Amino acid sequence: MTAAISVRNLDVVFGDKVDPALALLDQGKTRQEIIEASGSVVGVHNASIDVQQGEICVLMGLSGSGKSSLLRAVNGLNPISRGQVLVKDGDGHVDIGSCDANTLRRMRAQRVSMVFQKFALMPWLSVLDNVAYGLEMMGMGKAERHAKAMEQLEMVGLADWKDTLPSGLSGGMQQRVGLARAFAMDTDILLMDEPFSALDPLIRAQLQDELLELQRKVNKTILFVSHDLDEALKIGTNIAIMESARIIQHGKPEDIVMNPATPYVEDFVAHTNPLNVLAGRSLMTAAADLKKNNGESQICGEKGIWLSEDGKTAHMAGKNIPLQNCEARGGAIPATGTMAVTSPDISMRRAIEIRYATEQPVLLMENNQLVGVLTDHNFYHAMLGKHFSCGEAEMAS
Amino acid sequence: MNWLADNKLPLGQWMETFVDWLTDHGAWFFDMIAISLEWVITGLVDLFQWFHPGVPILATAAIAWFIHKSVPLVAFVVAAMLLIINLGYWPEMIETFVLVVTATVICILLGVPLGIFAAHKPWVYSYMRPVLDLMQTVPTFVYLIPTLVLFGLGVVPGLISTIIFAIASPIRLTYLGIRNVPEELVEAGKAFGATPRQLLWKVELPAAMPSIMAGVTQCIMLSLSMVVVAALVGADGLGKPVVRALNTVNISQGFEAGITIVLVAIILDRIFKAPGKSEA
Repeated sequence: MTAAISVRNLDVVFGDKVDPALALLDQGKTRQEIIEASGSVVGVHNASIDVQQGEICVLMGLSGSGKSSLLRAVNGLNPISRGQVLVKDGDGHVDIGSCDANTLRRMRAQRVSMVFQKFALMPWLSVLDNVAYGLEMMGMGKAERHAKAMEQLEMVGLADWKDTLPSGLSGGMQQRVGLARAFAMDTDILLMDEPFSALDPLIRAQLQDELLELQRKVNKTILFVSHDLDEALKIGTNIAIMESARIIQHGKPEDIVMNPATPYVEDFVAHTNPLNVLAGRSLMTAAADLKKNNGESQICGEKGIWLSEDGKTAHMAGKNIPLQNCEARGGAIPATGTMAVTSPDISMRRAIEIRYATEQPVLLMENNQLVGVLTDHNFYHAMLGKHFSCGEAEMAS
Repeated sequence: MNWLADNKLPLGQWMETFVDWLTDHGAWFFDMIAISLEWVITGLVDLFQWFHPGVPILATAAIAWFIHKSVPLVAFVVAAMLLIINLGYWPEMIETFVLVVTATVICILLGVPLGIFAAHKPWVYSYMRPVLDLMQTVPTFVYLIPTLVLFGLGVVPGLISTIIFAIASPIRLTYLGIRNVPEELVEAGKAFGATPRQLLWKVELPAAMPSIMAGVTQCIMLSLSMVVVAALVGADGLGKPVVRALNTVNISQGFEAGITIVLVAIILDRIFKAPGKSEA
């Protein structure tokens, strides 16, 4: 088992009467029935999930769906009523639910650190002392912990503010301090409980970018809670969607968008911006479905564009259209009048940019073989949110 | 109704029996407390009175400056203390000051840990609350009588009564302060591997400090308000001239002693109030 965090059949029950509540759960009673019968609240029911080393896994759901409860079970802030939460510790794993208090403290200090939604900075401590807080709990001397904290503050760009109290900072800056405090612990695993939800949208987007940038440098394992699917799609390697205490779907962002498992997920997906999520492969009209004539494929019926069988030449009304290879990620965008050839892994956003610049459809090729075509029809289809209900969608993973 | 009145419950009798039992069996214990407290207080009074008045004045002014960095406050403190000397109440002021400080220190030493304990164990507080209510509402004269019987005449029964009256507020405000520590701060402490002891010292106490300090200032004020009552059982200090003035209907003496008490109260209040939160 190589997962950094491995949750096995986890139940989290809040309240005094845990065992009766678990018995009721096994009888298949709903959360509401269990609250009425035993007074206990079921936070998480039978959740199993693995988070691999270096992955950002986003727990998604509405408030009350149990995503925070699951997150907080990983460092033992919430009770683990049944099941296991295994967290990687060196070559082995520690079960957070059954380890003793000293082991739990050691895990919190050395393996798992946390970023809070409302920052949870100590209002009486300077920014520097806040960043050094966890190190102080470990008993590190003042000079050493200040030096370490200073490095983290420089990383989040707040070195000049080290002597300020948190109340003197904006929300975005306070959360950078929260991030620095978690990074200062030098743990492999970070738990982030809606870290950006309390921030305004511009700052939120900025911090998301900074987090991704940091993650490229430090390569932590991050478990991230969010109620915002756009955020989840933007930063998640994998997404787990929760509804009434259960995980109902777990997969790559594009799987979730293309194949929502339930109407609940579909509802979420319907309101997201597909530009950042969908890849050419899931939007395209496949090569096999194109109209054929003498071995040539019809790229666009309206304009009458045809592509030769070897995929090397294209013509429209007897005139040749020059083909232009183009990177799926980054790089120059072909000029007007040419037709772009790119990989099916291209993002929808970039494909639209290319289509806009060239004023021609976009060809998707793999191993010098035409696999599909992107025309306006494909883009409109996705923009209208029809991509997940048509059933023909292909898994992009 | 007659029947009810005829069969009176001997509540007072029970209390008296209890206090008698305490005096019979615990005399050595109460004597020990009385002697040691008396020794501490007279020692402190002698010490402060031994100094030239200029020394305490300068020291108080320095403390005021150190905490608040305010020239008007320092000027007020010096002027007020000079006025007290001028009125001729310097020795009494020292006696009262020592009584108030001793009572406050004992209240903090007992009250803050009790408040912390109660905050961590809600059931403890549910038992503690009626007792605290009782201590604050029973007229002081009522428990002055048993303390007088147990500790004899002098400064000690006055001190004990003052403590009984004043200790409730540090307990309550410590309890409130700790209970109101934001849950997320406690969680943050835990999430970064704090031990229970670190949680108390590095999260709860600093977060509750404003509330605890409010309890301390309240405690000082309540102790000051007890000086006249304490004088009735023989405690020295500014209460005595007030009582004497009352007995001889001496308006001028009563006024001067009263003004002195007010000055001491204002000095202590202004110095110990948290900086930056004045005018509250």
